[in-house]
Amino acid sequence: MNFKLKDIVPQLITVIAVVLVFGFFTYNAQINMENRGIDFGYGFLSQESSFDVQFSLIEYDGSHSYFRAYLVGLLNTILVSVIGIIIATILGVIVGIARLSPNYLINKFAAFYVEFFRNIPLLLQIFFWYFAALRALPLPQDAEAMFGVFFLTIKGLYVPAFIWQNFDIFFYSIIAAIISIIIIRAHAKKVQENQGKQIPVFLISIGLIFILPLLSFLIGGVSLSFEVPVLKQLATTSFIYEGGVSLPPELIALTLSLSLYTATFIAECVRAGIQGVGKGQKEAAASIGLTPNQVLKLVIMPQALRIIIPPTTNQYLNLTKNSSLAAAIAYPDLVLVFAGTALMQTGKAIEIVSITMFTYLTLSISISILMNWYNKKIAIQEK
Amino acid sequence: MSNINFLKPDRSNLNTFLYLGSFLFFISILDVFLNSFFSLNLTGFLPNFLSFLLPLILGFIGLYFIRIEFSGIKNLDLLNKHINTNNFNAILSLLIIFIIIKSIPPILSWFVIDASFAGDSKDVCTGSGACWTYIKVWIRRFMYGMYPNSEQWRINLSFVALVLLGSVGYFATEKFRKYLTLYYVIIYPLIAFLFIFFFISGGPVFFDFSYGIIAAILSIIIGFFIPSKFKFYYFLIVPIALYVILKYFLFFEEYIELGKLDGLNWVETGAWGGLSLTFIISFFCLIFCFPIGMAFALGRRSEFPLIRYISVGFIEFWRGVPLITVLFMSAVMFPMFLPEDFFIDKLVRAIIAISLFEAAYVAEVIRGGLQALPRGQYEAAKSLGMGYWKMHIFVILPQALKLVIPGIANTFLALVKDTPLIFVVGLLEIVGMLNLAKTNPKWLGFAMEGYVFAAIIFWIICYAMSKYSYNLEQKYKTDR
Repeated sequence: MNFKLKDIVPQLITVIAVVLVFGFFTYNAQINMENRGIDFGYGFLSQESSFDVQFSLIEYDGSHSYFRAYLVGLLNTILVSVIGIIIATILGVIVGIARLSPNYLINKFAAFYVEFFRNIPLLLQIFFWYFAALRALPLPQDAEAMFGVFFLTIKGLYVPAFIWQNFDIFFYSIIAAIISIIIIRAHAKKVQENQGKQIPVFLISIGLIFILPLLSFLIGGVSLSFEVPVLKQLATTSFIYEGGVSLPPELIALTLSLSLYTATFIAECVRAGIQGVGKGQKEAAASIGLTPNQVLKLVIMPQALRIIIPPTTNQYLNLTKNSSLAAAIAYPDLVLVFAGTALMQTGKAIEIVSITMFTYLTLSISISILMNWYNKKIAIQEK
Repeated sequence: MSNINFLKPDRSNLNTFLYLGSFLFFISILDVFLNSFFSLNLTGFLPNFLSFLLPLILGFIGLYFIRIEFSGIKNLDLLNKHINTNNFNAILSLLIIFIIIKSIPPILSWFVIDASFAGDSKDVCTGSGACWTYIKVWIRRFMYGMYPNSEQWRINLSFVALVLLGSVGYFATEKFRKYLTLYYVIIYPLIAFLFIFFFISGGPVFFDFSYGIIAAILSIIIGFFIPSKFKFYYFLIVPIALYVILKYFLFFEEYIELGKLDGLNWVETGAWGGLSLTFIISFFCLIFCFPIGMAFALGRRSEFPLIRYISVGFIEFWRGVPLITVLFMSAVMFPMFLPEDFFIDKLVRAIIAISLFEAAYVAEVIRGGLQALPRGQYEAAKSLGMGYWKMHIFVILPQALKLVIPGIANTFLALVKDTPLIFVVGLLEIVGMLNLAKTNPKWLGFAMEGYVFAAIIFWIICYAMSKYSYNLEQKYKTDR
């Protein structure tokens, strides 16, 4: 009896404490809201928002609902995160490998990059790019074209827009190419395991991914044209570019700083991963006659990835969470649009902050589930 | 010296290749150097495109010629081994050398040569370089925020005193060494707290909060002398009782008034700011998040399922949300959860929010250390008849914490880098002050100088900390 009591009492006390704290908070919140005449509820989501957002992936203006504003913010957050993750991964892998280069200069250059960007607060970097570096760019009328079609100005980056005809056929052709590559890879693996023959999968894949979309252009009636941004005068001193796609400076500053910052951490993960593979593995692989490329692809990378992926997942999560710093430079992400403007207008502090937090929780958890699945897939299958 | 094959440099014609290669390499470097430092273009007579690429081509050929294996010249072999192993590496090395040479003059001229240092108004900043005058004029604001100029000695004195008190560990004799943990965990934070409470603030800032802290610390100190049989019940009852006694019976408001140092003006937390606020917040968050994180790390490994679930929920919740939303919560949502007459200062709210947030990360780091300990340690401690608390305090935690020093240091580094986010609740530390100064109509257009200044400060702090943690890691690595 005594033994059981000892088991139950601490748990009971903890639970009671948690319940008491939450109860205390809820009780106070109710009283406070009653006193201030606020009612709790998520009904405001369908009301008209009547504020505007300057950059949006979906159609949006003041006549849409708060829920639509939430979606705009969420999509903008996802956009920054995805672009940031892609650039940070590429940069991080390059720098991480450069950190291990036998070339002294490259090695030190990479080390300098990592130490430099890692030790400066991200918010400061965002401010630096946005308020100092990008403000030094030319006005639209003075901007010089890069490669004739890109215009980098103080008002943002202008790139040509793609104008597709029969885009769906092109899209299907790419899907078909990817599926056939997967099938051929599986087949090649089987052939190699059974008969020891090697099929040049890489060449075939490259051929497929180029030829099928090309066929769609030739036969399927797909055509692509570009809409190049053109300078247009609004008033005597005011110019803008028309046509094409414009990326606002907030987006550029944010993706730049997020990816430069996160790449340093990814680079360290990559370095640790490659260093974590025993030297003997490399030597053993070389001694059975694999070429250096094969050693890297078949022996080092599969083992290094196991070490690299868990910490890199954490970095992806961090990048996604850090994208909320967008609010500091008025990039309309979830925090700015929803927890900022919408909260100011409605005054629904509890509802809005809880939705925002819940959204980030969901994003984080879904990224970590995805990466856990991938991690499990490449983990050692012990027999 | 007979037949020279220019496509295959080898040892037989070592000198020819060496002279030719070094000459070409030297020419290419000289070209870039002159171009960058004196804006002379040696190859201006060539077409634009060729003139641009010529240094690279010449340098590449030069490096190709001197890439001779086992030349017998030590320096050449070293050079080849380090920057000239193959064609690809040679090009990359050249590019990096060119970038360095190219970037030195503009950086140097911006930082030093064309920069203005003298004077105290915007008018002296006419050059193309940086305007350090701006930093000079605003330095007090960047360091102390809106803290009154005449009172800033209080902050300086407190920091100097705390640094001196903190370095006691280096000078402690063997006799006192065993009390160091007690000193650093309990007494030192208490002193720091009192310094900031009475000296920097000079007023009733941490009102309700201070009772709780004093009660907790007193009860922990007394707790050391309570027999372990009653410890559980002691910690259940005494801290709360002490808090109530302190709040309602002992410390009347008059005592607090009496406790204030005479002659010190009250500076409210809204006026605190600048780099000193960064330090204050980092310091408090560190000492708060550590015990909370430890508690949740132990909770996550507890054998009681309910405690485990609560800990997991807590940790995963805080790790899943960005700090900025946590601060939003502390600013707009948290006041709704408190009784109406109950006011918590916004600095305190920010510190609580950041502490809880970082505590989740600390908990995960400590859990890693707990998991890394071999099971034999637990079993050995249990076989000696130690209970849960004794086992953890005397056997498990000292070893686990030693293991996770680098992780803790990294978390603390992240904490320091996160402090600028408190602009969300309206507190302005150094980055916030920069943004404020930048919008001052008298000093428009010096954003760059401000950010570079702050970046240098942060970089020095963070780099020093990461090096220190690396040293600690190396030191304790050999211990096991």
